[in-house]
Amino acid sequence: MSMENSLPISHRQRLWLYALGGLVMLFLIAPSVIIVIMSFSGSSLLQFPPQEWSLRWYESYFGSVEWRDATIVSVKVAVMTAIAATLLGTAAAYAINARTLRLTGAINALLTASLIIPVILIGIGTFFLYARIGLNNTLTGLVIAHTVQALPLVVLTVLSGLRSYDMNQEMVARSLGAGRFSAFFQVTMPQIRFSIVSGALFAFITSFDEVVVSLFISGGETTTLTRRMFNALRDQIDPTIAAISTCLIVLSIVLLSAAQLFGRGR
Amino acid sequence: MSVASASLDHAGRPDRAINAGALRADARRESRGLLALLSPGLLLVFAVIIVPIGWLFWLSLFDETGQLSASNYARFFEQASYIKTFVTTFKVAFTVTGACVLFGYPLAYMLSQLPRRAAGACLIFVILPFWTSVLVRTYAWLVILQRKGLVNTWLIDLGVIGQPLPLANNFAAVVIGMTHIMLPFLVLPLYASMKSIDTDCLRAGMNLGASPTATFRQIFLPLSLPGLASGVVIVFVLCLGFFVTPALMGGGKVIMWAMRMEQATSLYSNWGAGAALGVVLLAATLALLGLFHWLLGTRATGVWSER
Repeated sequence: MSMENSLPISHRQRLWLYALGGLVMLFLIAPSVIIVIMSFSGSSLLQFPPQEWSLRWYESYFGSVEWRDATIVSVKVAVMTAIAATLLGTAAAYAINARTLRLTGAINALLTASLIIPVILIGIGTFFLYARIGLNNTLTGLVIAHTVQALPLVVLTVLSGLRSYDMNQEMVARSLGAGRFSAFFQVTMPQIRFSIVSGALFAFITSFDEVVVSLFISGGETTTLTRRMFNALRDQIDPTIAAISTCLIVLSIVLLSAAQLFGRGR
Repeated sequence: MSVASASLDHAGRPDRAINAGALRADARRESRGLLALLSPGLLLVFAVIIVPIGWLFWLSLFDETGQLSASNYARFFEQASYIKTFVTTFKVAFTVTGACVLFGYPLAYMLSQLPRRAAGACLIFVILPFWTSVLVRTYAWLVILQRKGLVNTWLIDLGVIGQPLPLANNFAAVVIGMTHIMLPFLVLPLYASMKSIDTDCLRAGMNLGASPTATFRQIFLPLSLPGLASGVVIVFVLCLGFFVTPALMGGGKVIMWAMRMEQATSLYSNWGAGAALGVVLLAATLALLGLFHWLLGTRATGVWSER
């Protein structure tokens, strides 16, 4: 750490670089900051900084049955997605990490396919499939579709946890007579639980923020929050969305901090 | 594992043949167990992603009357509106990728040169947007750029302009919004690759009399190119299939590939046309990623494991 800045270039010579980097960082963060501030505006006109302050857009969010229902749908789907993706993803990561199976490359490619294949194609394909098996506009359908999207993130997160864990410990437990499952749950899992929790949090946020697939397969009583927001944005700019956005930003911060905390936890 | 219980012969020595058989059976059981762990995830991905896409591909080979034909694909060359969509999509993708390189490279370079703690703090500015909903960020840009938005209000209040400028609902708005969304996808892999450049190489260059500029141009820049390439490929590929921001910020004037797919299927229920567009998009995506993999021997998808 101490050797990092030992190049014979002073910070002063680098001022232009810091200025440029700072500007790009400002570009990245400013929109979120502006939205958070605007959400407390008392006026329905877009003014920045706002002339008067109020919580009226939060009242309009929490007071609206439609927004509330959509939020409940999104939370339900995200919780179930997090559970399903974490179970399936952890199991898959464990199997990949063992490296004894052939075709690991193909398995990896298949599991991470949803990161590479254009989301719009997944959306249309899922809608097409669901239309035939009656899963459109259902919670089950949403959970399945979101689980597929979140799966690669859980696999990658848990896999990186397993890579820094010595699998021999589990082998020792098993050679001492522990069954496969009890060896995993008593020896391995406590040591990689932070990656598992991080994976679950990433799965939750992936599902909660997912737009494109939900646009196709959710509707009616199972309209997700993001679908409702998307449609509202197509019509007009309702400041209520600033309040909702602020809630989403806060959620991202909380979940990310939790994931960071858990990631470092050991 | 039942290795410990493998049989011994009468003299108490391990019996090789029997042991080998037991070991093989054990290995088979082990593999079956691992496969059982993998299969639920694999099956789900196969059923929800691979099967529908294969089905759509099959559909794209037939015209409206159910005859086997290439008409769904021929349309791309014949109809001006499709050609325009492709041109727009590539124009947006090239512009956004270029802007991401222009803004992302200095930021990643700065992050890689800062002391670890400062870099960690600055990295929050990249990671937080990365994990903030695309919708939220697009909404923010709408608020900033639209007719009665922040920029126009400011400029009018300052007396710079009399009439609001048309900042939203056009090509530039789409590019700005998408650059904001794609930037972390470029910065994260680039930063990771810059971090792994050995400072000793740079120090050696400077010891041998190279100026800071020459050291950067002749040593640092070439070593950072693989990371840059992986960021560029991932951003470009994501741009080709991007939907949310152009749909909301293009004002109906900037029609990109993904929007065309949505129109074809949702609006006109023309599955053949939508599917053909999807097939070409997927082929382009895989070709670009494959080319990248072949040229550099690494996967461009590493960005998701470098958060």
